[in-house]
Amino acid sequence: MTAIPTDTVAAESVPEAQEPPARRRRLRQLSRGDKVVLAIMIAIPTLIQALLIWIPTVASVFLSFTKWNGLSITNLRFAGLDNYLYILKDYPPFWPAVLHNVIWLVFLAVIATPLGLLLAVLLDRPLRGTRLYQSFFFVPVMLSLALIGVIWQLFYSQDNGLLNNLLGTAGSSHAVDWFGDSRVNLWAALIAATWRHAGYIMILYLAGLKGVDPSLREAAALDGANGAQTFFRVVFPVMRPTNIIVVVITIIEALRAFDIVWIINGGTNGLELLSALVVRNLVGEGQVIGIGSSLAVVLLVISLVPIVFYLVRTFGKEARE
Amino acid sequence: MTTTSDALTTSAIVTGQDKREAARRHGPSRAGWAVYLFLILMALIWLLPLGWSLFTSLRPYADTAKYGYFSLGGTFNVQNYIDAWNQGGFSTYFLNSVIYVVPTVILTLFLASMMAYAVSRYSWTFSLTLLIMFTAGNLLPPQVLATPLFEAFRLLKLPYWVSDSGTLLNTYISVIAVNTAFQIGFCTFVLANFMKALPNELSEAAKVDGAGVWRHYWSIVLPLSRPALAALATLEVIFIYNDFFWPLLFIQSGNRLPVTTAINNLKGEWLTNYNLLAAGAMITVIPTLVIYLLLQRHFIAGLTLGASKG
Repeated sequence: MTAIPTDTVAAESVPEAQEPPARRRRLRQLSRGDKVVLAIMIAIPTLIQALLIWIPTVASVFLSFTKWNGLSITNLRFAGLDNYLYILKDYPPFWPAVLHNVIWLVFLAVIATPLGLLLAVLLDRPLRGTRLYQSFFFVPVMLSLALIGVIWQLFYSQDNGLLNNLLGTAGSSHAVDWFGDSRVNLWAALIAATWRHAGYIMILYLAGLKGVDPSLREAAALDGANGAQTFFRVVFPVMRPTNIIVVVITIIEALRAFDIVWIINGGTNGLELLSALVVRNLVGEGQVIGIGSSLAVVLLVISLVPIVFYLVRTFGKEARE
Repeated sequence: MTTTSDALTTSAIVTGQDKREAARRHGPSRAGWAVYLFLILMALIWLLPLGWSLFTSLRPYADTAKYGYFSLGGTFNVQNYIDAWNQGGFSTYFLNSVIYVVPTVILTLFLASMMAYAVSRYSWTFSLTLLIMFTAGNLLPPQVLATPLFEAFRLLKLPYWVSDSGTLLNTYISVIAVNTAFQIGFCTFVLANFMKALPNELSEAAKVDGAGVWRHYWSIVLPLSRPALAALATLEVIFIYNDFFWPLLFIQSGNRLPVTTAINNLKGEWLTNYNLLAAGAMITVIPTLVIYLLLQRHFIAGLTLGASKG
């Protein structure tokens, strides 16, 4: 799951926030021994990040311009843009995968995320048992997407699943094979993904809504605004930090989608996604490491859009100071 | 301090007292009833997939074969759970999950808290740059790094007394290391913002007492960060337990897989016995549900805990 640090509850999360926060010390004030200790405290995590995250990311870009059978480094050949030309022109699952990633994003953005917002808005109101409802919607958030794939497989099963039995088609020739039929399995998988995504978004917005100053609503009500007007013109714009987090999470979850399609059918037959294609080329036979890497770079470049957007939003002010 | 995250989450969960009183005065309106109806309907839909798994898992295979899965006939018992546990080898998988989760969470929080301490309490040239890089790394899709990491681990020769594969592949360490690296970024960011907002008095007192950097970090800042650490620990336990991808990539031996990845193999094995598969799925859910019931507040606090801007 993507977890993104949120800004929304900052003020509440630290009770002493009203006291002056700690001033950051200058290094000059430290003794030599302290400087060494501090350097080690910085170096170890940074080294781990560099070795296992940053260098592999750069290596992905490098490998995407090579042809390599993976046997020995000496077999590595420079291939220019061949891998990219191949995936763009001759690699059949590439464009379906791009389309499916786009559909995944649009579905989350248009259905799952607004559903989470709607649940949060409804449950933030004075309701009996609101906490119980929240618990129900929240349970899937705790589950892995792999397990969600299994649970929904049982639910969607052609002859023995609950859905087809409720529809009355189970056992007949009309029974839809929800995860097997390439015309519908993407949508079936998206509904399973929504099952978790909406609960996650609900939690974020419930926290966001708590952060909205109640006097704003009162002022809007005094001005004669109805519930919907108050929400869309006052409350929703005020939750801007939450909105940004939600946008970023939605995009990144769509790009990271992998587990659920992999557990259904390995990301084939209507469920091709960029992430799954990368892995298929990695575990497959032959000189495909370059192809897999070029797919990974496509995924990287697309991912950088929301990542940079988030970083600028979060750190922009700090960096300018 | 320990009430920080609790208060935060409780306030996120329970709606305002004043609003509730207002509703009691007026009673639910027609729109109010529509909301109830919608929520009840949605909650039922939400519970269906898990409820169906639970229902199927409690019925003997012979009964569902006789009456069909969509029926109430026959008996209900936990025999499928016993069979799934024994046939599936869940004791091995759960032990593996513990071997992956515990070191990863401890290492992640330890390393992230050191980095967070360094960037939040001292000003130095690349502190912000590194914090940005740490945060960015956490947001990448794991598949972007999969190929180079897999190849590097495969080509890195290790003595056989370290790894029976002769490389880093198929070792516990490979998964622990990569998961730790991935999670450090997120935890550093959250902890740095938490530490930034801590009160200064104790730090000043420690400075007067001549406490060094390490003692200041270990004896003052870390204990004060307990609410954030508790929330992150809960969150990370769930994240790592739920991790499917890295063991799938690095681990070839079935008996070294954690539960979440092993379910992929069990799904293939038990495709003809949905009762057993459902029981296996429910067994996998149990640890998360236990954590959910015990530590829900910390988990939600972890998801929403964050950080002041700038």
